[in-house]
Amino acid sequence: MPATGQNRRPPIALRPPAPAPVPPGPRLYRSTNGRALAGVAAGIAQHLRVPVLAVRIAFVVLLVAYGLGAILYAAFWAVLPVDRSTPPSRRDVGQLSALAALSIGLVTLLGMAGWGGTAFLIGLLAAVVAVGVGVIWHQADPDRRRRMEDAGVPDVSKVPVLGALSGALGDRRSMILRFGGGALLVAVGIIGLVVVTSALAGAQISWTALLNGLLFALLAVLGITVVFGPVLWRSVGALRTEREARIRETERAEIAAMVHDQVLHTLALIQRNSGDAREVARLARGQERSLRNWLYKPTASPAEKLSAALEEASAEVEDTYAISVDTVVVGDVDVDSDVAALAAAAREAMVNAGKHAGVDTISLYAEVEPEQVSVFVRDRGAGFELAAVRDDRHGVQGSIIGRMQRHGGRAEIRSTPGEGTEVRLYLPRRSDEGTNKESGHD
Amino acid sequence: MTDESRPLRVFLVDDHAMFRAGVRAELGTRVSVVGEAATVAEAISSIAAHEPDVVLLDVHMPDGGGRAVLEAMRKTHPQVKFLALSVSDAAEDVIGLIRAGARGYVTKTISAEELAAAIRRVAEGDAVFSPRLAGFVLDAFAARPDQPVSDPELDQLTNREREVLRLLARGYAYKEIAKELYISIKTVETHVSNVLRKLQMSNRYELSRWAADRRLV
Repeated sequence: MPATGQNRRPPIALRPPAPAPVPPGPRLYRSTNGRALAGVAAGIAQHLRVPVLAVRIAFVVLLVAYGLGAILYAAFWAVLPVDRSTPPSRRDVGQLSALAALSIGLVTLLGMAGWGGTAFLIGLLAAVVAVGVGVIWHQADPDRRRRMEDAGVPDVSKVPVLGALSGALGDRRSMILRFGGGALLVAVGIIGLVVVTSALAGAQISWTALLNGLLFALLAVLGITVVFGPVLWRSVGALRTEREARIRETERAEIAAMVHDQVLHTLALIQRNSGDAREVARLARGQERSLRNWLYKPTASPAEKLSAALEEASAEVEDTYAISVDTVVVGDVDVDSDVAALAAAAREAMVNAGKHAGVDTISLYAEVEPEQVSVFVRDRGAGFELAAVRDDRHGVQGSIIGRMQRHGGRAEIRSTPGEGTEVRLYLPRRSDEGTNKESGHD
Repeated sequence: MTDESRPLRVFLVDDHAMFRAGVRAELGTRVSVVGEAATVAEAISSIAAHEPDVVLLDVHMPDGGGRAVLEAMRKTHPQVKFLALSVSDAAEDVIGLIRAGARGYVTKTISAEELAAAIRRVAEGDAVFSPRLAGFVLDAFAARPDQPVSDPELDQLTNREREVLRLLARGYAYKEIAKELYISIKTVETHVSNVLRKLQMSNRYELSRWAADRRLV
C-alpha cells in the first residue's frame, strides 16, 4: 500500500470488530493445526501434551462403548472454541481414513460377535444424532461465520460432513447443504432410535411413535434455526457487504498504487524538467500511454498478439526518439515467427523514421485481412532518394526488405525528398501451414 | 456555410474550467468563442440561446456526458455542428459520439492549428476523421458473416469508401488521398461524409457495444 493510499481511506467499516482476544494459557481449543476432522483430537492432544494419534484411537475405541466416542467428539466440537493462533495447516486425511477404516472394522467385528446388541445400536444412533446436532449447532454459530471471513476464504473444510461436497459450491449453498445434512443425521438417528426401542419392547413398529420422533427431531432443528437463524442471516448479509467492500478497497488500492507509482513520479519529473520542453513532452506522452493502456486495454502479451507487439514497438520508438507514433491496428492476429518478423520490420521502419525523418509524428497502420496482413509506416519528414541509399543502408535492405522476403512477405518503400516516406509491409496469411516457416535470424 | 470575413462562432462544453480556459486561449483569434458550459443542462440551454456554428463537446461529463447534449440538441437545432474533443480515444467513446451525431472526433492532445482547421472543416459540413477513428470504422464495418445485414445500403462500405478510410488510417491528408486514388478532393470529402452518414444511420445498432466489447482503442 503506497503512502498516499492511507490518507484517504474511505470511512467504511471494512471488518466487524475483532473477536475479544483469548487469554493465553493452557486452555482447551480445537486446533486448526494438524487436524483430521474438526481439530478436536488435535486440540485435546495439545492440551494434554500427548500424541494426537493416541487421542484419536481413544475416540475410536470409545465409539465401541455405545457410540460414546462420537457423542463426545460432537460435544467437544460444539463447545470448544477454535484456536487461531497457529495458521491452519493441511488436514491429515491419511490418518483420518485409517481411523475411519479402523472404527468401521471394530463396529463390524463387534456386530458379528453379537456383543453389541441393541444397547450398542442405540448408543450408535444417539451418536449419529449428536453429530447431526453438532453440525447444525456449529453451522449456526455466528462467531464461526466471522472467523471464516477473517480467514478470507469460505471455510468449508471446518465441517467434515459434506465438507467435500461444499467445496465446489457457493458459500451460502454449502451452508444450507450442511445444515440440511445435520438435520438429516438427526432425523435418521431418531427414526433409528424409535425403531430399535420399539423392537426392544417387543412391540410392533409404531408409526405414531416414528412420527412423534420425527416431529421432535423437526422441532429441535426448528428451535435451533429460530434461535440462530436471524443472527446467521445477518452475518451472511454482513459477510456479503464486507466482501464487496473489500473488492472495492482492493481496486481503489490498485488505482492508488498506480497513480502513486506512475503519475505522481511523472509529474515530479515534469516539474524538475520544466525548462526542457522536449523532455516534458516525452514524459507526458509516456505517461499518457501507460494510463491509457491501464484504463482501456486488456493486457495482451506482445509475444502473442500482433496489435500488442506493434503497440510495444511504437511505445519504444516514442520513448527513444521523443516522437509520437499514431498507432492504428484493425483486426488482430496471433504472433508466429512470420508475424513477429513483420512486427520487427515495422519497428525498424519506425526507428528509421524517428532517426532520419525529423518529424514529431509518424503513423503506423496495420490491418489484418483474411488473406494478408499489411503494415504501413508513414512520416511526412525529409524523405530520401531511394536509388541513392538502397544498397548500403542496412536498416532498409536487411532489416526491412530482406526480413520480409525471408518470411514470405514483401516490403515496398516509397519516399519523396521533402514529402516523406512510407514503408509498406505485406505478409500473406497461410492459416493452414501454421508456423512452419524458418524464422531466419531475427 | 460560412463566409470568411465572419469568424466562426464556437461554443465550449467541458466540465474542466482549466481546459476551457486553455482551449479559449489557444484558439485565440482564429475563431470567436461565444460561450462555455460546464454541465449538460447548462450546455443545452446555452447552446440554444447562442446558436453557435460549432460546439466543441467533451465526452465524459457528469449527468450524461456529451452524448446527452447531442441527443437533446440534434432535433431542435440540427444546424449546429458538433465536434467531440475528448481526452479519451476509447472505441466506445469515439464510435458512441459519432453515432449520436457528432461530425468529428479529436483528442485533446491536438494542436491549436489542427483544432482550428478541424472546427472549420466541421463548420463547412465535412467530417473530421482521425486515423484512429478511421481504424475503428474499418473494424466496425469489417465483414462479419455471422451478423445479419438489415440494410445493405447502409450497413456496408463501398470499396472506394474503404480505400479512403484505409488511407486516412495510414495518415494521409485529403489531398494526398485524392492524388493516390486519382479522384478529386471533393470526391474524397463526399466519401468521408458518406461513411459518417452510414456510421450514424447504419442499422448496426450494436456498433458501439461491439466496440466496447472488443475494447478497441
